[in-house]
Amino acid sequence: MNPVITRKPFSMSDQAKPAADSSTVAPTPAPRPNPATTASTPTAKAEVAFDIQDLCVFYGKTQAIKNVHLQIPAMSVTAIIGPSGCGKSTALRALNRMHELTPGARHTGKILMKGEDLYASHVDATVVRRRVGMVFQKSNPFPTLSIAENVLVGLRLNGMRDKTFLNNRLEESLRMAALWDEVKDHLNRPGMSLSGGQQQRLCIARALAVRPEILLMDEPCSALDPIATAKVEELIHALKSQYTVVIVTHNMQQAARVSENTAFFYMGSLIEFGPTEQIFMNPKNPQTEAYVSGRFG
Amino acid sequence: MLTGYARYRKYKSAFMSALAVFCAILVVTPLGLILFHLLKQGFSSLDWNFFTQLPRPEPETGGGMANAIVGSLEIIGLAMALAIPVGVLGGIYLSEYGSEKINFWIRFGADILNGVPSIVWGMTASAIAVIPFHTKSAYAGALALGFIAVPLILRTTEEVLVLVPNSYREAAMALGIPRWKIIVHIILRTAMKGLVTGVLLATGRIAGETAPLIFTVLGNDYWNHNLAQPIAALPLQVYNYAKSAYEDQHQQAWAGALVLIFMVFLLSVGVRVIATSRKRN
Amino acid sequence: MPTLTDLPISVTPVPSHEHFPIVNAPTSRFGDRLFYSLTLAAVISLGVLFATVIIVQVNGSHMAMQKFGWGFLTSKAWDPVKLDFGALPFIYGTVVSSLIALLIAVPLGIGTAVFLTDLAPVKMRQPLVSVIEMLAAVPSIIWGLWGIFVMVPWLREHLFPFLQKFLGFLPIFQGPTYYGVSMLAAGIIIAIMILPIITSVSREILRSVPDLQREAAYGLGATRWEVTRIAVLSYARRGLMGAAVLGLGRAVGETMAVTMVIGNVPQISSSLFDPGYTLASAIANQFAEANEDIYRSALFEIGLVLMGVTIVINILALLLIKAFETPGSRRA
Repeated sequence: MNPVITRKPFSMSDQAKPAADSSTVAPTPAPRPNPATTASTPTAKAEVAFDIQDLCVFYGKTQAIKNVHLQIPAMSVTAIIGPSGCGKSTALRALNRMHELTPGARHTGKILMKGEDLYASHVDATVVRRRVGMVFQKSNPFPTLSIAENVLVGLRLNGMRDKTFLNNRLEESLRMAALWDEVKDHLNRPGMSLSGGQQQRLCIARALAVRPEILLMDEPCSALDPIATAKVEELIHALKSQYTVVIVTHNMQQAARVSENTAFFYMGSLIEFGPTEQIFMNPKNPQTEAYVSGRFG
Repeated sequence: MLTGYARYRKYKSAFMSALAVFCAILVVTPLGLILFHLLKQGFSSLDWNFFTQLPRPEPETGGGMANAIVGSLEIIGLAMALAIPVGVLGGIYLSEYGSEKINFWIRFGADILNGVPSIVWGMTASAIAVIPFHTKSAYAGALALGFIAVPLILRTTEEVLVLVPNSYREAAMALGIPRWKIIVHIILRTAMKGLVTGVLLATGRIAGETAPLIFTVLGNDYWNHNLAQPIAALPLQVYNYAKSAYEDQHQQAWAGALVLIFMVFLLSVGVRVIATSRKRN
Repeated sequence: MPTLTDLPISVTPVPSHEHFPIVNAPTSRFGDRLFYSLTLAAVISLGVLFATVIIVQVNGSHMAMQKFGWGFLTSKAWDPVKLDFGALPFIYGTVVSSLIALLIAVPLGIGTAVFLTDLAPVKMRQPLVSVIEMLAAVPSIIWGLWGIFVMVPWLREHLFPFLQKFLGFLPIFQGPTYYGVSMLAAGIIIAIMILPIITSVSREILRSVPDLQREAAYGLGATRWEVTRIAVLSYARRGLMGAAVLGLGRAVGETMAVTMVIGNVPQISSSLFDPGYTLASAIANQFAEANEDIYRSALFEIGLVLMGVTIVINILALLLIKAFETPGSRRA
């Protein structure tokens, strides 16, 4: 296994599994279901997936994110809610360095992923993105690739050739995305031949196939019908015991359904963060209260 | 009903419409005329000899343009081997890298180069590849044709790549795929049909060019497999025969022209076939 | 490695955090940099090409520029024997033949474009567009072949006498008509060749005139022609000029077809029935045989003039078209 070439013995590679996280060391193939103890407070979890310290993000002269301090716990689902334009997508994209793709984007502040500085100068953004996956609002399966090719593209283009491994991963990922039964007989059909909901699940399978430690979801259900949405939410439930999921949603009920912790953003600032139940039932901040009770949005 | 002036306006409008129709007819006519004459004059000379024989010195008859056809194919092949990498890579730069300002100037420069007359390219290639070496050659001809094709392919490549939606780039980046692999394996692949179309169009364009070849390949009455020597080319042969005093060579010129236009139209048909197969997807 | 035996059939995910080995992660930065350099090299070579063309022409003309100076552009002499060269006949030939071509092709092209965008039934549009594309694809040499063997005899026997009979009071239609190969022949054949580009560019421009303009005019009770004239053509004026100038740029550079029908006589004559010579044809006919350095240099200078003129015309055309394209929305 090759570590990433870096000047320091940096651990931004797949070998370095932080010792504290014992649940990920699974040498036996049999799944040991980690009892999904949904903690009611963020501090009950031993580990923090993202430690965001004083983050500001600018697009040119406009400041999209203002001084955000946030600790996102691992192995759970965290929702980010807020009205349009409040910066939730920007915050999400900062977590896998995707905001860098926008010309004129820059940031100040630090983001630590499991203790490692995401933006250190010797860190390759490409590797970050392999460890932190993303699913987008509008499904975008690659048009010239088949279903199977779509799922495996992240692996193949990073050099994985072992056919057995790839086939196994293909089936696992499609099962995880609740798509296997629907497509297993025509894996060679074009990815675009699926319905909208199926395409989005295909994109989820594609993101999961590279086994990221963290999955970011940017309003993944906003273009889906209720049935497809329900399937995706079921999937998020199933993932939460083994993955860290951060989901941006403008649908408060969805946030209440799937997440354990919720962050409320407004006009680029983090207004409140806490266990989902508390945010919705007993918010501490009046602005939060106004938003969740529907007084503005 | 209609007053005098209103009636005048109405008739004037009808007259103008008729004029527009007339324009369209006039525009279409030359194509019909030329195809008619090409077929009428050229078809009869298209016999087996034409495709297999070398030119025979006048006043012998029965010669052919076999070497010119092969020579043209060789020159075009060489030219595209040079122009495709440079044009496609340049188009990739314009679409995926670079900055607004630099790209504007590059595009502007390419557009200007696209307007330079082909004879000037012939002179340039001649000055670079013929005069210093004291010999005309297939390489020099290929160079001249390549000069013409590069800006063409660069612009068509860029236009096609820019059409690929950004969401694919984002999705691929989010998977942690290295940028160059994204460009080569995903973006180029998505845009492949448009790319091929652009290349075929450029090929059709340079296949018919004569002026750049006049001082770079010279022409040759024999088989020549040495690309560093003068070689026969189809458009050039047509030109030389058209200028000659012998009727038989005039006939051969028509036949050659028919073959040439067939090649060019075949490429355009290829383009259309690819374009419509895209719609099936 | 996970095996299939422990995969539950339902939706439960397999808890495996094993990451595939990153077999080429170390090269990702190298690969990216290499690829970027390749594309950059390609773009630089475009710049090199640009510079090369200019340098070669300037360099080649150096000798002639030194010997003849600016008089080159005004001198009528073209004597390969006495080695005295002047480009005026060629400049005149290029200008006149291009002008004739524009006079024919611009109205026809714009008229056809109007027909295509506003008047033609939808089913007729695509075939007509295809015909124009085919017309554009015909190589210059083939036009020349047809020109010399079909068009010129017809001109000589029919059109020229006709023109002289009815319009002979004009100096341009006087003089002998038996040449056939002439300035007028060159103008006509160039017109045929630049028709496609003028038509398709005009069509693009007319298509991008917002429908709102047309609707407003119709709403005021204008007839079809008036709508076209007021709402479309005058709105698109700059773009259409650009199309015409683009056609001019193409006309100036046409070589093969012109060489075959213009007669290649370096003279300046008031009659359109007389043979002439253009800048491009001069090069095409003489460059291969020019063995004295000064002769070749004079031809290079002609090439320089040709290239300079083409570049200026093309820049003008691009500016005009861009100036038109910035406002307004595109019509389907």
